[in-house]
Amino acid sequence: MISFTKKHQTRAIIIVALILGLASAVGLTLYALQQNINLFFTPSDILQDAPKGQNIRMGGLVVPGSVVRSTHDLSVVFELTDTKNNITVHYTGILPDLFRENQGIVVLGKLQNDQSFLASEVLAKHDENYMPAEVVESLKRVDAYGDKQ
Amino acid sequence: MIPELGFFALILAFCFALLQTFPAGTTRIFSIAQFIFLSLSFIILEYAFIQNDFSVQYVSAHSHTDLPLMYRISAVWGGHEGSLLLWVLMLSGWGAAVAVLGRHLPARTHEILLSVLGVLSVGFLLFIILTSNPFLRSLPIAPFNGQDLNPLLQDPALIIHPPLLYMGYVGFSVAFAFAITALITGRLDPQWARWMRPWTLIAWMFLTLGIVVGSWWAYYVLGWGGWWFWDPVENASFMPWLLGCALVHSLAVVEKRNTFKRWTILLAIATFSLCLLGTFLVRSGVLTSVHAFANDPERGLYILIFLSLVMGASLLLYIFRAHLMKNNASFDYLSRETFLLINNALLVIACATVFIGTLYPLFLELFTGNKISVGPPYFTSVFVPLMIVIFIFMGFAPASKFKETSAHELLKHLIVPAVLALGLSLIMPIGIMLTVGLGAWIIVSLLENIYTRFKTLTASEYGMYCAHFGVAILLLGVGLSKQLEVEKDVYMQLGDTASAGPYEFTLAALNPGVGPNYTTTIAAINAYKKKEFVTVLYPEKRVYNVSQIAQSQTDIDPGLTRDLYVALGEQLGETQWSVRIYYKPFIRFIWLGGLLIALGALISIADKRYRIQNRTQHV
Repeated sequence: MISFTKKHQTRAIIIVALILGLASAVGLTLYALQQNINLFFTPSDILQDAPKGQNIRMGGLVVPGSVVRSTHDLSVVFELTDTKNNITVHYTGILPDLFRENQGIVVLGKLQNDQSFLASEVLAKHDENYMPAEVVESLKRVDAYGDKQ
Repeated sequence: MIPELGFFALILAFCFALLQTFPAGTTRIFSIAQFIFLSLSFIILEYAFIQNDFSVQYVSAHSHTDLPLMYRISAVWGGHEGSLLLWVLMLSGWGAAVAVLGRHLPARTHEILLSVLGVLSVGFLLFIILTSNPFLRSLPIAPFNGQDLNPLLQDPALIIHPPLLYMGYVGFSVAFAFAITALITGRLDPQWARWMRPWTLIAWMFLTLGIVVGSWWAYYVLGWGGWWFWDPVENASFMPWLLGCALVHSLAVVEKRNTFKRWTILLAIATFSLCLLGTFLVRSGVLTSVHAFANDPERGLYILIFLSLVMGASLLLYIFRAHLMKNNASFDYLSRETFLLINNALLVIACATVFIGTLYPLFLELFTGNKISVGPPYFTSVFVPLMIVIFIFMGFAPASKFKETSAHELLKHLIVPAVLALGLSLIMPIGIMLTVGLGAWIIVSLLENIYTRFKTLTASEYGMYCAHFGVAILLLGVGLSKQLEVEKDVYMQLGDTASAGPYEFTLAALNPGVGPNYTTTIAAINAYKKKEFVTVLYPEKRVYNVSQIAQSQTDIDPGLTRDLYVALGEQLGETQWSVRIYYKPFIRFIWLGGLLIALGALISIADKRYRIQNRTQHV
């Protein structure tokens, strides 16, 4: 009989501990999730309404001839387009191997007051045929991109 | 004609898998037949690659005549169809292994086990035959040459990474089959756990190795010096790893104490479901990922349906049969059972946080249409605190006893490790105090354990110590490299010097070169420490002929306590390049720790209580 109640007591404590652990984990998770969600925008979205000063992502095609590199450091300026609107992107660092003109890429960073984009990361996919899914869809929305992909 | 034979062998294997699903005393023969015909099919696909048979669409899409033989062989799993063929080949391989090595099992158990594996084979073979036939031809006009293998995949680590990972993923099907068989037969006892545990351990070992090799590959191939990116596809392999880790621990409790049974069954089902979910995530391309090479919604849908069927059926079975598993052992709060329960709870929570972070964007898009991504900071901020708690408990669990442990006894064992760990962390610089303290806590408490119980230790306990030691090494590697590393992206002209950490790097030369299927620029970068010459590094920038893809070849001077990591970025002028110069202290500890964890699993299996006995016992 003693072992019976003891067993139940043990269980109760374990269950309470589990619930507490789970609750704190869920709380932590939701908090962290809220802090680290990066919304996706197209250049056209950016011109309409996009939050400034917080990390967002933007996707588009690299405008041919728009890439200007510095001659003394790693800063680079280029334009991204969804074929309707262009946004200027500033970046300092090494561009990915697959970065080239007309390539679909995604940048992560902050929108500046002058509607230019300060990127902290530039992402190009590791496949020459691959277009980031978000970019394909945003291009479809502006009707310039057929059913190729 | 030969590729058609490959497809024919595939269909025959499918027929044998169908026959294998009936537990009529013949499952052993059919599972071996299935394995033989799948091997045949796989060899035929290999042959098509080696012979450069570009009339086969899959070959022309992933190979080229200039591709070195080694990569033509591994190109078989460089794409979707071939990966899946390798996947089912391994599934049937595990099945055949169970058929041969499981002869000691009671006949009925063995039959049901193999028929469950047969059902899984049927599902995957049907998937290949319906949506992903690797032997499809592009007749009547075969292309003159292939489109070459993705340059990122032309790497030695990538030859073994997918097979290891699949061995792990697929290996959990055996644990799953054991769980289902337990539900059907209503039997789950310590003897049962002794049968199931080695299979689970070996699957988990493969998954560990697969993840370690993948991480190592990412480190030097992607050229950013990172070793883990919280990419959805990485997470897809990490989730079953976490649950598999919980499963290995809970099976120990079933084996030693005949309790935690229903929980163990549920864990086995969940682990394998996550393996299937991982396949779904990788193969459907629903998530944005660097791994999203091939994607096709139809294939995703099939796997999703298969996943729901497998999960639905097994959970239904669980609801009706789980009451047969009675836990009849009680334990005290302070006991190894409690600590292992905490371990399980924390690992499941850790897995859940990864799950939420990985799938949240998918659900949000489904319901609101908003496209978001969850960044690595989410994972680190949730995961690190959880891991710290796990690491603290890792000191307690091995020092405690099953059933009950007195606080006094725990204190006696742990006072020295606790004082040493605290003392050591206090003399460390602030950033690495926690890392060193936790690492020392785990290692010293393990040593104390080995020292006091030296005479009675079994192989499976040595395995546990080895794996836990690996975790400590891994945690030291992660903590120290994150805190002490120096990453510099610099603009360099021939003759320029840049420094990272205590090292200085000079761009000494730039030379062109030609490879079998690419042209390249090779830089020579001299590394110095306090003006003393250390080594020359030769990073390259290749451009592959067929795809015209540029690809950086990193050069690394490895060392146990530090890596010097150099990669070429872009050419910015005649003799000007952007260059990554990284100093990475203790980064090797990460993979070394992972290897020790896998080795620990292997040592555990060698325990004599897992040796295969004759069937006559234990029926």
